[in-house]
Amino acid sequence: MSLDLTQLLDEASVAISDAPDLTALDDVRVQLLGKKGRLTSELKAIGKLPVEEKPAAGQAINAAKQSIQGLLDQRRDVLENSELEAKLAGDFVDVTLPGRGQRRGGLHPVSLTIDRITRLFGQLGFTVAEGPEVESDYYNFEALNFTENHPARAMHDTFYFDAGRLLRTHTSSVQIRHMENNQPPHRILSPGRVYRCDSDMTHTPMFHQIEGLLVDENIRFTDLMGHLEGFLQQFFDQDDCEIRFRPSYFPFTEPSTEVDIRIGGGKWLEVLGAGMVHPNVFKAVGVDTERYTGYAFGLGVERLAMLRYGVADLRQFFENDVRFLRQFD
Amino acid sequence: MKLSEQWLREWVNPPVSSAELAEQLTLMGLEVDEIDDIKPAFSGVVVAKITATEKHPDADKLKVCTVDAGESTGDSIQIVCGAPNARAGMFAPLATVGAKLPGGIKVRKAKLRGVESSGMLCSASELELANDASGLMELPGDPAPGTPLDELLDLQDAVFDVELTPNRGDCLSVRGIARDLSARNQQALQLHEITAVTASTDEQMQVQVASDCACVRYVGRIVSGVDCSVSSPLWLIERLRRSGIRSINPAVDVTNYVMLELGQPMHAFDLDKVQGTIGVRRAKEGEKVVLLDGREVTLEGDTTVITDDRGAIGIAGIMGGDSTGVDENTTRVFFEAALFLAEDIIGKPRRYDAHTDSAHRYERGVDPLLQPEAMEYATSLLQTIAGGDCGPVVDWCDENRLPLGEPVLLRRERIERVLGIVYEDAEVESIFTRLGITIEKQAAGWKVTPPSARYDLRIEEDYIEELARIRGYDNFPRTLNSYQPGFSAVKETEVPVAALKNQLVHRGYREVVTFSFVDDAVQQQLMPEHDALLLANPISSDLAAMRTSLVPGLLKVMQHNLNRQNADLRIFETGLRFVPGDNELIQEPVIGGLVTGKRLEENWNNDGAGTDLFDLKGDIESLAALATGESIEFCASSHHFLHPGVSGDIVAADEVVGWFGQLHPKFLNSLDLSEPPLLFEIRLDALSKAQLTSFNEISRYPSVRRDLSLLVSAETSNKVLVDTIKRHAPASLQNVLTFDVYAGKNIEKGKKSVALGLILQDFSRTLEESEVDQAVSAILSGLSQDLGVGLRA
Repeated sequence: MSLDLTQLLDEASVAISDAPDLTALDDVRVQLLGKKGRLTSELKAIGKLPVEEKPAAGQAINAAKQSIQGLLDQRRDVLENSELEAKLAGDFVDVTLPGRGQRRGGLHPVSLTIDRITRLFGQLGFTVAEGPEVESDYYNFEALNFTENHPARAMHDTFYFDAGRLLRTHTSSVQIRHMENNQPPHRILSPGRVYRCDSDMTHTPMFHQIEGLLVDENIRFTDLMGHLEGFLQQFFDQDDCEIRFRPSYFPFTEPSTEVDIRIGGGKWLEVLGAGMVHPNVFKAVGVDTERYTGYAFGLGVERLAMLRYGVADLRQFFENDVRFLRQFD
Repeated sequence: MKLSEQWLREWVNPPVSSAELAEQLTLMGLEVDEIDDIKPAFSGVVVAKITATEKHPDADKLKVCTVDAGESTGDSIQIVCGAPNARAGMFAPLATVGAKLPGGIKVRKAKLRGVESSGMLCSASELELANDASGLMELPGDPAPGTPLDELLDLQDAVFDVELTPNRGDCLSVRGIARDLSARNQQALQLHEITAVTASTDEQMQVQVASDCACVRYVGRIVSGVDCSVSSPLWLIERLRRSGIRSINPAVDVTNYVMLELGQPMHAFDLDKVQGTIGVRRAKEGEKVVLLDGREVTLEGDTTVITDDRGAIGIAGIMGGDSTGVDENTTRVFFEAALFLAEDIIGKPRRYDAHTDSAHRYERGVDPLLQPEAMEYATSLLQTIAGGDCGPVVDWCDENRLPLGEPVLLRRERIERVLGIVYEDAEVESIFTRLGITIEKQAAGWKVTPPSARYDLRIEEDYIEELARIRGYDNFPRTLNSYQPGFSAVKETEVPVAALKNQLVHRGYREVVTFSFVDDAVQQQLMPEHDALLLANPISSDLAAMRTSLVPGLLKVMQHNLNRQNADLRIFETGLRFVPGDNELIQEPVIGGLVTGKRLEENWNNDGAGTDLFDLKGDIESLAALATGESIEFCASSHHFLHPGVSGDIVAADEVVGWFGQLHPKFLNSLDLSEPPLLFEIRLDALSKAQLTSFNEISRYPSVRRDLSLLVSAETSNKVLVDTIKRHAPASLQNVLTFDVYAGKNIEKGKKSVALGLILQDFSRTLEESEVDQAVSAILSGLSQDLGVGLRA
């Protein structure tokens, strides 16, 4: 009897592992455990055994049944897995094909540069202020301490419309409008289009400037230097970038400075102009010069973008060839 | 301004190299743009004296010269020369055998038409010392033959090209620049002794100066018996040359030399050519004068002129006249050293196209006290070079109008407040004294008075800048910590322009930046309703009119890209448009775009279909979706430049805030386009308001959907249909989806089939079937009543 079971188990084990697919495995199961299966017959045969042998035989058969069920389950997992794998193998897609839908476009390098600069100065609390581009002589020149016939006016190559109306030559006009309408402290950046009557490889009749203005009770020239140096270092984000301050002249600041950078020991390049707000400018907008001091700076956006990204011809910014624009994505 | 380093070092000579000296100047705000090494590109060139000349036996234009080039080179060398001015007794540069000339030429022994020549006599141009190629470079004086030319001309020098800011007229002179350097280096200025020349005649000119003109001081002097045919000495010619000025004759050279060294522009008249008395007055409107450069200009009444009894003989401070100029025959010279006010001169050199060195200085301001000194210097130089007898100096001066700076108080505490740095009193006083600023110490600081040449020192801050400039910004600390930033608002009810731009970028758009001025003709053709604002001085006719819309610029970008095989474009721009209003110009920020070509990049998984209006509308709706504070609607409209059937207006709060549509095909030819692009433009203010979220509970009950297939008149817009449904629906109607629109086969002509999905939901309970039925029948009867619309059979 027990010998029979041992043989039965051996045979069952072979039949199960030989079953090639789930259908064949089910056939094996029926043969062994089905109503007319071999183990079922053994179980029925117990009834004919003497009473004292019945429990042991029953236990042995149940144990055999459990091991067969275990083998069947194992084999089913294997076969199910291989069947799923075979099915999935047919579902293969080429994942290297391009995806579906709209491709991303991109922002213009001038916008990217303005965003980057406003984010950097945003850390010092500067916010953006804007103003008109068709300006009056007053806001573009007079209130900024350019007297009539000032030689610096001639240097601005201004576009005019009619008496008193012109295209702003710098965004410094916005600082006047802002100070007229707000109380100090002032912490503004005014990015925008400016216009000069000039056109060649390094000049376009329109370009972008960012004017910055910081007015508070305790703003000093060394703060101007610290802020602008910190800004330029972060903007260029290069170890070999040197920064130099050199005295200069703007009618609306005193003292005034120009700031040069030098990358990798090359030539000094002028990148921005700045200075302490001239008392005459404060007078024009009614700021108390004894209580407040402040600095202003102006920088050329395209110039910084050209240095940062290695663009040589300024005019390319305004041709808008998508092959140019795409490079800034 | 070109500045000889050698000349500068005569005034102040700090122990630093040329490059360091240039850097010092730059760091004081006197920017050195370039350093020109003037060391000659030649070698082996010596002084030679022509002792004899003979005609060449076989060539009419050549001469055979015997020259003395000193003992070591040879005192009787034969040279063949073609220069017309070669003559016995003259001194000229000789390139000896083996000499190298500019351009890499090596001088060899040669035979010219059979006659041997052992070297080459040179013109100034062959040595690149000047442009003159008309003959041999004549070396004035009595130089020793054999002296190397670079030694004779003292060519161990550098020329600094200094780019001065317009406030520093005082530095348009060697002395002015030297003064700044002396302060920086704390070294005394080596002042040149200028001795007064005693008058030896009593000849004088009483110049008649009108009180209402640009002239506030006029110093004049007559020098007679001058020989203007002699050449100026080499050192003087060389200094002028290095400053970019050509030698003319001793009288003119002297005026230029004094101007360069001291900063006082001067003029020399040939007194024999002057008729009667010299005067200074405003020009008569339309008065004419022939200038030194030979041009006749017509004067305006605001211009100051120099006159004689005939009329204008020059423009004051700007350019002298042709009729009274000094030439080699002049024997009686009248020198002018005047002060013409800067504000009166500014702008006029440009107007008369006469950008002279003199005008440049007067425009920036000339030292009002310098004239007598300059006059003494010029007459003494002229006498030394060309002889002559001086008359007395006549000095006319309107003292009340002299532009002299008033004293101001410089407070010690203000220096620190502006600069952030403490200066010791001694440093302040030392800097000011060296700069020629008069100081008077007071409790709070100093009473300071500027030197007469410094027009830029008028207020307290100007003096603070001097302290900073001379110590050098390079020596300043940088500070960050004294400044306390504050919070600034981040408003949720405002839509940042950056968010709108990014939205379009995510939908495939590329940002462009185009000029704000466009071709007026193109703009007029598209948008004849506006008369654009025109520039008075445009750079070219296609950039002459301010844009009234972004469209002309966007179309130009499309053309540019189509011509470069970039046919699929989705572009946008933000910026101002300039629309002439009834009373004033409206400068409005707008966002506009252009779309053309395929909807999606050509790809294996799309059909390559072209973009249509509803792609564009989807993009606009996505912008509107950000601007939750405004409800944006669309309606049909007509625009001159848009396809009448494929275009519409964008409306917010009952106001048209934008438009969208296809370019009218009639413009394709004139714009040189093959496909009409889709265009849109919206005022940014209409997209700028967002609504602050106020949370609403979400319904916990299921929604019900009912679909209706309606037969609608073709003209009835989707908006009218949906609005009618909403009007007749109960509050439980949450949404209406238009999921199919069809016209054609099986649909009666003039009608269309519209399939709608109605979504109903209540917030307090599950809707009963009967309630939904009721709602639908109310909607259907409303549709039938209002629009005559019924279910599709």
